[in-house]
Amino acid sequence: MNIIEVKNLTKKFGDFVAVDDISFNIAEGEIFAFLGPNGAGKSTTIKMLTTLLRQTEGSIKLNRHDTLKEPEKVRRSFGIVFQDPSLDDELTAWENMEFHGVLYGIARKIRRERIDQLLRFVELRDRKDDLVKEFSGGMKRRLEIARGLLHHPKVLFLDEPTLGLDPQTRNHMWSYLQDLNKSDGTTIFFTTHYMEEADRLAQRIAVIDHGKIIASGTSADLKKKTKKATLEEAFLELTGKTIRDESAGTLDHMRNNRRMWRR
Amino acid sequence: MKAPARWTICGTTGGCGEDKLFFVYMKTIYILWLRQLKRYYRSRSRMIGSLGQPILFLLALGYGFGPVFQKAGQGNYLEFLAPGVIGMSIIFTSIFSGIEVIWDRQFGFLKETLVAPVSRINIMIGRTLGGATVASLQGVIVFTIATIAGFRPVNIALIPLAFLVMILIALLFTALGTTIASLLDDMQGFQLIMNFMVMPLFFLSGALFPLEGAPKVLANIARFDPLTYGIDALRAFLINTSHFGIITDFSVLLAVTLLFLLTGSYFFSKIQI
Repeated sequence: MNIIEVKNLTKKFGDFVAVDDISFNIAEGEIFAFLGPNGAGKSTTIKMLTTLLRQTEGSIKLNRHDTLKEPEKVRRSFGIVFQDPSLDDELTAWENMEFHGVLYGIARKIRRERIDQLLRFVELRDRKDDLVKEFSGGMKRRLEIARGLLHHPKVLFLDEPTLGLDPQTRNHMWSYLQDLNKSDGTTIFFTTHYMEEADRLAQRIAVIDHGKIIASGTSADLKKKTKKATLEEAFLELTGKTIRDESAGTLDHMRNNRRMWRR
Repeated sequence: MKAPARWTICGTTGGCGEDKLFFVYMKTIYILWLRQLKRYYRSRSRMIGSLGQPILFLLALGYGFGPVFQKAGQGNYLEFLAPGVIGMSIIFTSIFSGIEVIWDRQFGFLKETLVAPVSRINIMIGRTLGGATVASLQGVIVFTIATIAGFRPVNIALIPLAFLVMILIALLFTALGTTIASLLDDMQGFQLIMNFMVMPLFFLSGALFPLEGAPKVLANIARFDPLTYGIDALRAFLINTSHFGIITDFSVLLAVTLLFLLTGSYFFSKIQI
């Protein structure tokens, strides 16, 4: 069964076409890597898959539910680790986890046990009562991952989950995810800039650039198609060597405003 | 650490009865309410900062204009002003609480709540109740300060009803704040809201001057300001004077609160990131 079905998906922001008529299916239990340079349309696609953004055209079915028509049923079927921060800085690590657990309806006893296990797993148990705003970037990242693993959805989206993690934590996390994939049949949809990660873990890979899927298949397929020895070389062959920029956000500006207002 | 086997998650797998799902909804509202309270409690600077302004109004205006007001035959100005200043602290705090949605959007936390497998209307209700609780508490604190400054409510038995009015005002403006915040993408519009909405709502509400004898234009504009009815109801219960009468005050407050709760829920559920 296909757990995700994407048909002719298009997203336009004004004149700019961020995602241009893409279609793909993902089978239940698959580990799927979605690769592409910065600004290629990865995050926009994930936002549409996770009901955060409405597409201009096309349709998405996740766990057989249409993302526009039955968003709540879709939301019940997936979990996500976002690319950019999504923690509440004014709450403690433990409170962030607890908040998530309650929202996802996990019974109290299991919730408390799981939070404890996961905080230990990402080595933040000693800091559980500290406010997140006192955490370093890497610690926040680890907390986000722990939070994403708290409930066990059918599909898990991971948008550059390992960015800024040390190799130990990265390894740890992936073996956990592979376990989850085997034991629960959890479908894993991830993006990454580490090609060896995609090469090693993904059963299937799609490469997106300028809003279009330009290649897909197993890692071996992509290497064969480009006649390259590694996935990294194949990726560069497919997407070219120019460096891309993502448009800068207004976050810094916001921070200043917030500071001014608060104190 | 190994991943444990799957367990049944109520609401996540959908495999639970209606009553349990209702329970999950109540817990959602509760945890969002709790979050607003924790944030308020933790930012003491914000709490103290937002008390400075009402105290200044009470002392400078209350004592400053007191003699003039008395000479004009209108009685004690501090008595008249206190309900207005209570209303002021509530409207500022509650619109600000509603508008926190924008901060959550910029700092990313909004996404966490928007992808959760619970109805967005429940999320909006939880946030709004939390914000309204904080704003009501603020109102009670200002009421206490006013009492220390010399304000004497006419009938102690009516004070609980005045608190009820405070809660209504708080709900109304938190929902309004959420509505506006759901429509804005970033903080650029924030100053605009403060200057062109919150300030006029406050100054035109009759918080500082009696509507009796005010120029017709001003009195007519005040009729379209929901805060006018809130402060009028506060005066009815605290100092036993009312311009519109309690029935009108309550009807308008309830109707407008309901309206903003509906618009707030609607626009909040339509948020895209």
